Amino acid sequence: MTNKKPKNVFREGPISSDFIGNSIYKHQTKTSIGAHNIFLGQVRADKIDGKTVSAIDYTAYEDMANQKFHEIREAAFEKFDLTCMHIYHSLGIVKAGEICLFVFVSSPRRKVVFKALEYIVEAIKADVPVFGKEIFEDESHQWKVNS
Amino acid sequence: MLITIKYFGLIAEVTNTEEESLEFSGTTISDLVNALHSKYDSLKNKDFQIAQNQELVDFETKLTGDEIALLPPFAGG
Repeated sequence: MTNKKPKNVFREGPISSDFIGNSIYKHQTKTSIGAHNIFLGQVRADKIDGKTVSAIDYTAYEDMANQKFHEIREAAFEKFDLTCMHIYHSLGIVKAGEICLFVFVSSPRRKVVFKALEYIVEAIKADVPVFGKEIFEDESHQWKVNS
Repeated sequence: MLITIKYFGLIAEVTNTEEESLEFSGTTISDLVNALHSKYDSLKNKDFQIAQNQELVDFETKLTGDEIALLPPFAGG
């Protein structure tokens, strides 16, 4: 179920709950699947020096990022018995409380999806050139760094 | 050789541009970084990695004339 060419993982703006719900719905026809696992990254209203983050403006080195997402995807299919995998990441403004990352893995068996999802999310955080400008309520900003 | 350099995030704020082309006679990534440090003084105290042809490279790597990108710390997800 792997694809040879990198897909475009990026979506403009937040990932809606309709989109996520519809993705789950679409898997009802894939009846070899016995377990799904989903990670949703949500923009947190961090308080930094008395100021609150109101949104993150995401940018990326898109070609390299899509290539890295592709490599992570290939590596995950190699390591784990997955039926399918979907990754979506936002670009542009995502407000606090909205979803900026959606990772969806499916397998015949549950144990696989727990391990696979953690592997994929950690690889995304470490290896994919995505940049986040944390915008405060007073419109000042700082650059986010993954911890 | 003519080198295209892309800047992202915090680094693009320092350079005040997202992309430029430079005629450059050095041979390694390190040579290029030194030249960029001279051009953009405040780049010296910024943390970044370098990609050549969309792969991360170290400072000893030879310049190939492919696209270079200066990448600040990643913040996906």
